[in-house]
Amino acid sequence: MADEVVLLDFWPSPFGMRLRIALAEKGIKHEYKEEDLKNKSPLLLKSNPVHKKIPVLIHNGKPVSESLIALQYIDETWNDNAPLLPSDPYLRSQAKFWAEFVDKKVADFGRKVCMTKGEEQEAAKNGLLDCIELLEGELGEKPYFGGETLGFVDVTLVPCYGWLSVYEKFGNFSIEAEHPVFIAWGKRCLQKKSVSKSLPDQQKLYDFVVQLRKRHEIE
Amino acid sequence: MADEVVLLDYWISPYAMRLRIALALKGIEYERKEEELNNKSPLLLQSNPVHKKVPVLIHNGKPICESVVALQYIDEVWNDKAPLFPSDPYLRSQAKFWADYVDKKISSFARKLWSGAKGEEMEVVKKDLFDCLRLLEGELGDKPFFGGETLGLVDLALLPFASWFSVHDKFGTFSLEAECPKIPPWVKRCFQMESVSESVPSPDQLYDYVVKMRNSRQE
Repeated sequence: MADEVVLLDFWPSPFGMRLRIALAEKGIKHEYKEEDLKNKSPLLLKSNPVHKKIPVLIHNGKPVSESLIALQYIDETWNDNAPLLPSDPYLRSQAKFWAEFVDKKVADFGRKVCMTKGEEQEAAKNGLLDCIELLEGELGEKPYFGGETLGFVDVTLVPCYGWLSVYEKFGNFSIEAEHPVFIAWGKRCLQKKSVSKSLPDQQKLYDFVVQLRKRHEIE
Repeated sequence: MADEVVLLDYWISPYAMRLRIALALKGIEYERKEEELNNKSPLLLQSNPVHKKVPVLIHNGKPICESVVALQYIDEVWNDKAPLFPSDPYLRSQAKFWADYVDKKISSFARKLWSGAKGEEMEVVKKDLFDCLRLLEGELGDKPFFGGETLGLVDLALLPFASWFSVHDKFGTFSLEAECPKIPPWVKRCFQMESVSESVPSPDQLYDYVVKMRNSRQE
């Protein structure tokens, strides 16, 4: 029986981007369904009744929600090429630790840099810079967090690199100036087709946030 | 070489309790080191420099932080008995989803219940908590445990919080039996297992602790 894979997604979502990259890395044929978050489809509401959020991966009719959980599911199910997680249990635990760190901290700071102002925005900017510094330490001299190839942490973090110039514009600061290692890593990732075709155009992202801020009356 | 396992612990931490139960279920000998959270040991600060939190599992000198990451590590390394995760990738993803749900939702209610919220604020907290516990009851269904016939990831994730909710029950803040009738018998079933009763304080023991704390504050 041929595999049926569907991804319920929303084009600017960094969480959705993670799954796009993983599916592309592993060459998994799938149907991409764009959701309108102001008018969620019955399929989304049925597939993720608890959180009603994207992304949702649906494999042969069975939904998997939460991007890091879906990444692990993809890695375990399509385990014949492009492994995202190492095979050694300790190294696996470290990759999961750093992915959780990105998930809990980086995404949230990034969102606040775009969607808040004043003191809250300043705190988010500093938080984001601190996270990037810690992550640079973890990357060290390796080309990718996964070593010689893209790994779990790379796939989790690179969507934030995809949002970088947007964070810089709204936060009015330069991440590039202080963190050349992070920038070099991001550019290296972008050379991979699976990444470059999964990240949206930065101008499009910027325009999207401008509209979002207007709707939320942030100025 | 004999395995050296150390757990940096705090006896009433729900996250640490998860690991104590897992280590007991698997019959793993370990050294428990109780941390003073307002005077953290150099070992803790060195083992978890990013979050500086317990629990930390240290296996042959290598630290693993974040309780669910550590539970996965334990399950992969000591894989000869008492599996905590299902072997099927889809069922694994579902177990992780519900453990993540406990971490995202239940833990925040646990904090709010002890925060001294009163009146209408408390009523909202209680209502949200019961809604979440009812979803989990649905997931439990007619099974003795979330893991089926034996304790699994979701049992370990939820039990420490449920134990604390039982304390509120005893104080008369609410009736778990009335609101979520499947939860108290499930808690009781868990505590009938030696690995649980010998690893974590029972609701009665937690209740006595709170009474003692309150009395000592009044003196």
